[in-house]
Amino acid sequence: MELDPDDVFRDDEDDPDNEALRERASSKELVVYLVDASPKMFSTKCPSEDQKDESHFQIATSCILESLKTQIINRSYDEVAVCFFNTREKKNLQDLNNVFVFNVADREFLDRPTAKFIKEFSRLEEFFMKDIGSQYGIVSGSRENSLYNALWVAQALLRKGSAKTADKRILIFTDEDDPFGNIKGGAKADMTRTTLQRAKDAQDLGISIELLPLSQLDREFNISLFYADLIGLQGENLAQFMPAAGERMEDMKYQLRKRMFKKRIVRKLTFSVANGVSIEVHTYAFIRPTVLGSITWLDSVTNQPIKIERSFICADTGALMQEPPKRFQTYKNQDVKFSVEELSEIKRVSTGQLRLLGFKPLSCLKDYHNLRPSTFIFPSDEEVIGSTRIFIALHRSMIRLKRFAVAFYGTSSHSQLVALVAQEEIIDSGGQVEPPGMHLIYLPYSDDIRHAEELHSTTNASVPRANEDQIKKAAALIKRIDLKDFSVYQFANPETLCGFAGPCS
Amino acid sequence: MARNKEALVLLLDVGPSMHHLLPEVEKICSMIVQKKLVYSKYDEVGVVLFGTEETENELTMEVGGYEHVVVLQNIKVVDGDLVETLKQIPRGTVPGDFLDAIVVGMDMLIKKYSSTNKGKKRLCLMTNGLSPIKDPYEGSKEDQVNAIAEQMTSHGMKLECVVVRESVVRGENVSVMEENDRILNLFPQKSCAKTIFVESSTSLLGALKTRNISPVTIFRGDLEISPKLKIKVWVYKKTSEEKFPTLKKYSDKAPSTDKFASHEVKVDYEYKSVEDANKVVPPEQRIKGYRYGPQVVPISADEWDAVKFKPEKSVKLLGFTDSSNIMRHHYMKDVNIFIADPGDQNAIVAVSALARAMKEMHKVAILRCVWRQGQGNVVVGVLTPNVSDNDHVPDSFYFNILPFAEDVREFQFPSFSNLPASLLPDEEQQEAADNFVKMLDLTPSDRKEMLQPDFTPNPVLERFYNYLELKSKHPDAAVPPLDKTLKRITEPDPELLAQKKSAIDSLLRHFEVKEKPKLKKSTRRMREKPSGSDDEDNYRRISSKTEVELIENGGKVEKIGDLTPVQDFEAMMSRRDNPEWVNRAITEMKNKIHDLIEDSYEGDNYAKALDLLVALRKGCILEQEPKQFNDFLHQLCKFCLQNDLRSFCNFLATKGITLISKTEAADSDVTEEEARSFLVKSEPKPE
Repeated sequence: MELDPDDVFRDDEDDPDNEALRERASSKELVVYLVDASPKMFSTKCPSEDQKDESHFQIATSCILESLKTQIINRSYDEVAVCFFNTREKKNLQDLNNVFVFNVADREFLDRPTAKFIKEFSRLEEFFMKDIGSQYGIVSGSRENSLYNALWVAQALLRKGSAKTADKRILIFTDEDDPFGNIKGGAKADMTRTTLQRAKDAQDLGISIELLPLSQLDREFNISLFYADLIGLQGENLAQFMPAAGERMEDMKYQLRKRMFKKRIVRKLTFSVANGVSIEVHTYAFIRPTVLGSITWLDSVTNQPIKIERSFICADTGALMQEPPKRFQTYKNQDVKFSVEELSEIKRVSTGQLRLLGFKPLSCLKDYHNLRPSTFIFPSDEEVIGSTRIFIALHRSMIRLKRFAVAFYGTSSHSQLVALVAQEEIIDSGGQVEPPGMHLIYLPYSDDIRHAEELHSTTNASVPRANEDQIKKAAALIKRIDLKDFSVYQFANPETLCGFAGPCS
Repeated sequence: MARNKEALVLLLDVGPSMHHLLPEVEKICSMIVQKKLVYSKYDEVGVVLFGTEETENELTMEVGGYEHVVVLQNIKVVDGDLVETLKQIPRGTVPGDFLDAIVVGMDMLIKKYSSTNKGKKRLCLMTNGLSPIKDPYEGSKEDQVNAIAEQMTSHGMKLECVVVRESVVRGENVSVMEENDRILNLFPQKSCAKTIFVESSTSLLGALKTRNISPVTIFRGDLEISPKLKIKVWVYKKTSEEKFPTLKKYSDKAPSTDKFASHEVKVDYEYKSVEDANKVVPPEQRIKGYRYGPQVVPISADEWDAVKFKPEKSVKLLGFTDSSNIMRHHYMKDVNIFIADPGDQNAIVAVSALARAMKEMHKVAILRCVWRQGQGNVVVGVLTPNVSDNDHVPDSFYFNILPFAEDVREFQFPSFSNLPASLLPDEEQQEAADNFVKMLDLTPSDRKEMLQPDFTPNPVLERFYNYLELKSKHPDAAVPPLDKTLKRITEPDPELLAQKKSAIDSLLRHFEVKEKPKLKKSTRRMREKPSGSDDEDNYRRISSKTEVELIENGGKVEKIGDLTPVQDFEAMMSRRDNPEWVNRAITEMKNKIHDLIEDSYEGDNYAKALDLLVALRKGCILEQEPKQFNDFLHQLCKFCLQNDLRSFCNFLATKGITLISKTEAADSDVTEEEARSFLVKSEPKPE
């Protein structure tokens, strides 16, 4: 049970010299969820499959609740604040109107989520109308600007922590694509401008503002009316920004949850294609086993945390010593000694690179050619211009020709032969299901492959095989127990759920 | 110990046609012994050469024949000398007969062990199979193979044949080769034998298991298709990463005279209270705390046991699904293999029927597995058919673990088709890429697949064991560079690159790659078009202006100039490197306005001053500095009235400039009423 989370999540290997890794180490996340609580958010219902229609407000809050629950188990050092705007009541340090920061006792506004926080948030509906209330904060004739206020409050909350050591994000959930639509003339221009300036100020401080738009049934969220400017989308990026499809509630929730995840780059790699031509790719970890909360040892008498001290003792003399610089292996009755440097030199076969070796038909990639979770790679022109173009060309060729690439992926401590499998983008009614890119699959070496099936091979007679009739019967059975829409998202780990149902409830 | 020890006889073809391959044969054979020295140092190994000038074996003395077969090393426990011997295999002069060598090797094993040590006796033949086999004295070659195979089976011996074929064989050799291949392929049908054909020296290095790991089942029991239909299966590991060996820490404390020193280092753990470093907590007094947000919840082992999910040991079918529903990149870990219980004929047929039906229908099975009783580990995974084409090997399934919903992070990436054309390949480029992917083929039609995982050695481990051997002789030796043969794994094959040069050149011609000069990291982002309003033109000017500034003074506006005062002011106001900029911008703006009015001749500067005043007003609202503006406006009006510039106050009144009211900026103490009436009020109050 004592899994070391660092070990599992150490995507590949730890390389202190790697800049990308250092960046990753510092990525603690500070998030402010800004949820529009205007009457419109409550009145728009979204049809659901099981007839329990939900309002946009319910959808937004339930996505946040989901996210909080995962976060408390997985990323408990990240800090979060939930802030509603277009509220009747106000609660914020600046005492601004129409903005309400939700919180519980013993917790700062922006803080790590606690069990109590999650519990209270989960019963939000019971008290929201009574204690917080929904009310438009932007009305013509008044100078109030609730969106401006909300951004200000969020920015003030995120003043905590340095931009260098934390990712600061504001996530806006709203279904109003034109917040100043009912304001006329100069006042509208003024409000637009001040709000944009507010957002720009926040962005200049290193805060990223993201929008999670909720479309209405009859009308798609028009990002270019106002929010494109607010979040700084232009041209090509604007085209890529797809509002959550407003068809089904399930789809909408799925979209929102996806957007709430921060894409974290595991590392930036040089992918050498041929004859000294290298392009830049970034790797991402899509699939990693979720680890139960990390274990802290406590003194059972005081419940205070304890620390572990290691000491090294010479087995021959019993003397206490420093951690020794040498390792040894007994070989041919002698102790062959290695320095730590020599050991890492052995492992350094090809550093920091992904080297293309050639291509093979997809049928050469067998089901048993697997060792670890795969890694996703996507091109970037950030440092090497032209990377994306070559990557896409290869990607398209590989898909067209049904081939995968074989490459050697070497880092300072671990080297592996890998398969790069091009994945075509898959989109369904709920949006992107599989992003376009390549999956890097770690291949075994000959010593990693065992041949257990040959263990019991008979020497004289052939082994029994099924005849046509038996195969037909098996086929009939397979047809009877068919899972039509199987997807991995259908199964949650009973162990994780069980372990944390306790403290959460 | 003895129970697990293996006896291995290497049968090596050293005939003239093998000479160029012998360096690789030496490498793999010495590697086998080196690994045995580390992991199973009681194993025994013998070496037989064939194709030699001389003849030296017991059979030739006893019964005659078996010429050109030399027993280089009788079966003995592995040692360093054996490594040396295998690193310098004598070259032979005549074509060798591998059947003779197999018989000699068999004879050695029988004489040494009789019928004991079953299943742990192995013959390993390495040849290119290009030299003709002598006709037997009686019967056919097939009869001879049958007789040998029978003997091997009765003594529980295994045979592995590694046949190296580097290039296409032509001419008269073809018939010899075909006959030899037929004979070599007879063994697997008649006995516990395996024949592997390899094409490159790299594959030769990976062709043999250099380390024996006794297979252990991770599950034996029912594969439950339905409550009524159960198949008895055994589950083994199919892949498992061979890790870099963990070396022991070395202590040099023992005196050099102590011959029995272990030089080992023990690591002791002590648990201490975080608050009081002197307080040692005994290990049994520890309790596990689980993080739940900022809180740590102590849970004792008993409590944990009570809440822990404890499913029954079982392997259950959840259902079948189209293989296209499973993403290859969802495979999570190393792979298991499901084999029918070898003693259960019905199970073997049932697995065979299912596997073959699944393969035909492109279906896979989804299973829920708990391998051991009392373990909380449930996995859901996918079972894929592995239909065997060898009559002696049963059909089986591969099993890959799939992620649970919470293990998958779904990130969104832009669609390639939505990217701007500048990032997309054009038709010609696409053609060059197509050609490149086609040409850089690792599975050419006339050769075997290159870099097949099953025959590819781990370059790092190879390097380690070679270095270990080197260091045992020269303790101060430096890490040698990677062996040439191993470089075929870590770097592209120069031969392949040379062959396909035109395709590669064409790719490089069609694509341009340029490294960007390292940009200084900056969180500051200039916005070119912040609003869709009428200010657009205005802003465009700013941005071009700021671009000039960017070049001139690193992008920072520090002063309000005469050319574009409004823009300078705004730029300064939005600077965030120091809060002082806001004050400085406001002060400078006030001075500018003041100067303009003062220098104005018959109101010619009024319009410009008004622009600045409007900008200042907006800035002060934005920065929540209403008092600065309000005080300034008061001052300004007073100044105008005192200096016969009342016309400016009137001008302002007509343009609707007011004080900043409470509704605009919370810090203001001016009501809306007051704000509006300010200039109106000041007017009828002349001197």
